[in-house]
Amino acid sequence: MTAQTSTLLAEAETEANQPVQRRSGRWRYIGGKVLGSFGALMFVLVFNFFLFRVIPADPVRTLARNRLVSDKQVEELTRTLGLDQSLPRQFLTYLQNTFTGEFGLSFKYRQPVGDIILERLWPTLLLVGTSTILATVIGIYLGMVSAWNRGKLVDHMSTGFSLTLYSMPEWWLGLVFLAVFAVGAGPIPKLFPTGGLHSTDVDPTSFAGGLDTAWHLTLPVITLTLAYLAEYSLIMRSSLLDEMGEDYLTTARAKGLRDVYVRRRHATRNALLPTTTLVVLNLGFIVSGAITIETVFSIPGLGLLTTEALEVPDYPVLQGTFLFFSIAVILANLVSNLLYGLLDPRVRL
Amino acid sequence: MSDVTLTPRRLAWQRRRKSAGRTWSQFRRHRTGMIGLGILAFFGLVALLAPVLAPHSMIEVTEATGGVLQPPSWEFPLGTDENGRSVLALLIWGARVSLLVGLLATAISMFLGTLIGLASGHYRNFFGAALFRITEWFLVVPFLPLAIVLASLLGRSLLNVAFVIGVTSWPATALLIRAQTLSIEGRPYLERARALGAGDWRQMSRHVLPNVMPMVFANTTLTVAIAILSETTLSFLGLGDPLRVSWGSMLDDAFQTGAITTGAWWYFLPPGICVILVVMSFTLIGQALEEVYNPRLRDRT
Repeated sequence: MTAQTSTLLAEAETEANQPVQRRSGRWRYIGGKVLGSFGALMFVLVFNFFLFRVIPADPVRTLARNRLVSDKQVEELTRTLGLDQSLPRQFLTYLQNTFTGEFGLSFKYRQPVGDIILERLWPTLLLVGTSTILATVIGIYLGMVSAWNRGKLVDHMSTGFSLTLYSMPEWWLGLVFLAVFAVGAGPIPKLFPTGGLHSTDVDPTSFAGGLDTAWHLTLPVITLTLAYLAEYSLIMRSSLLDEMGEDYLTTARAKGLRDVYVRRRHATRNALLPTTTLVVLNLGFIVSGAITIETVFSIPGLGLLTTEALEVPDYPVLQGTFLFFSIAVILANLVSNLLYGLLDPRVRL
Repeated sequence: MSDVTLTPRRLAWQRRRKSAGRTWSQFRRHRTGMIGLGILAFFGLVALLAPVLAPHSMIEVTEATGGVLQPPSWEFPLGTDENGRSVLALLIWGARVSLLVGLLATAISMFLGTLIGLASGHYRNFFGAALFRITEWFLVVPFLPLAIVLASLLGRSLLNVAFVIGVTSWPATALLIRAQTLSIEGRPYLERARALGAGDWRQMSRHVLPNVMPMVFANTTLTVAIAILSETTLSFLGLGDPLRVSWGSMLDDAFQTGAITTGAWWYFLPPGICVILVVMSFTLIGQALEEVYNPRLRDRT
């Protein structure tokens, strides 16, 4: 995942650094990006179609694997998937179904997949949103501190810390937290609940319910924050180090500006550019990254929905969530590209 | 060496050996890279010697001798799992699967990535552009959901896991190789080769590829790190080979059988620490290699 985002970022940067020659550069840039995202969206749609219908020899049997399927159910499934029609025809039906939000019925819940996804979306957004904000703020701060103190003890510690977190499966860290803080180990008492979004006897809309949800989400949020913080701090550090060699900083210092001022007002602003894009870009991936964390802490979000669907296997749900995760990445990608164009005057023109 | 006739082939090999020696002497100066190499050598040795260190019978459920989730003792240095097997023996055998899947997946990913990256950088026509677009599109398909879907469609086996990881992680490599190819294609010696009538295949295999190889090599070690992490995650989600023990499947078992809630730290801490050590060793080696091959990075850190 991290390799994916850094590659996308590098690409965005090289593109952004190419001078745009035309007067209409800005609209060309935006148009190109929107068109590109649309292409990616179409690709994902086609890919999703083929993945579930062409790889398995008999889609109906595969889609209903491990289940006692009556003839009537097979017939119903064949009709919903449109498998009695030709392949191009099937594709059109699939497109029509997708755009009208018709993803079929879940095997497990016997409910429309679209409804289930909408219902499960909020816990994921809450978890991902909170962790992103925390990871961004702390990550940027850590990156700045280690860049200003390059080569000193703080820098070595912060970089080593980030590298360790980066090499860790984030859900394993979650397991360790669970064992230490939710179960209790040695002198540490049981501080947090072992899972779930809120207690069953509290109304989640009331104030006490809100506090209860926060209490339940503390460990998963800390885990996800730590998982993403490492990357942000490493990129902030390296982009600040890049900026520090630039001439305009020497000029600023030669003008007699104080060091603190030069760092805050001049260097940091430019160094924030790649970090901002990375954060937005990551949003798309972090949504799918929540899969394992939600499984560990049993938070009823999209991630847990996916892993629960695996056990059945509930293919309509898997197909729906896969499409959703892909669209999240495409959207995040588009927003980060547009943001880059907005923030970096070199591509605006 | 003086009495041996120097054929072009021999000369090329000599040069290559010399350059490999130079790389090694530069690599040796990276302390972190050498630490990574040391850790990796240790785990590689453990994986190779698994049958000697812990006979296979030790990890068979039917021949387990210990109690259920027994804490560490002299007989079982890292305690036992829910079936009474020695956790240490499981770890040793798990090293095999984790490293094997990581390397296999990387081989697949590198092969696809290099091939597609080279071709999309070399052909300046519709074909090349189409390959580039496809690479970009695959890059936005989120890795874990795709891997989950593929693994559940294809079934659970060691080869399938490696295949799934390999097939989903090639685009990053392809883009890197493409960028390198583009910069090499502009150099005069390629123009010369073209003027002399070298075909596409010869240009790519004889002139571009050898120059791209160092980058591929450095990238490979980073890809192995990601592949091992992915294998652990997929196995944790229950998509690994059910017949083999890997670090990920150990963690899955630990989670499913309640080792977390009963505080059986000897069961879930060691596999995670092993994953971290191996992944970190590959990352450190990869970073050191990148710095050796890419002089511009040298004054960065």
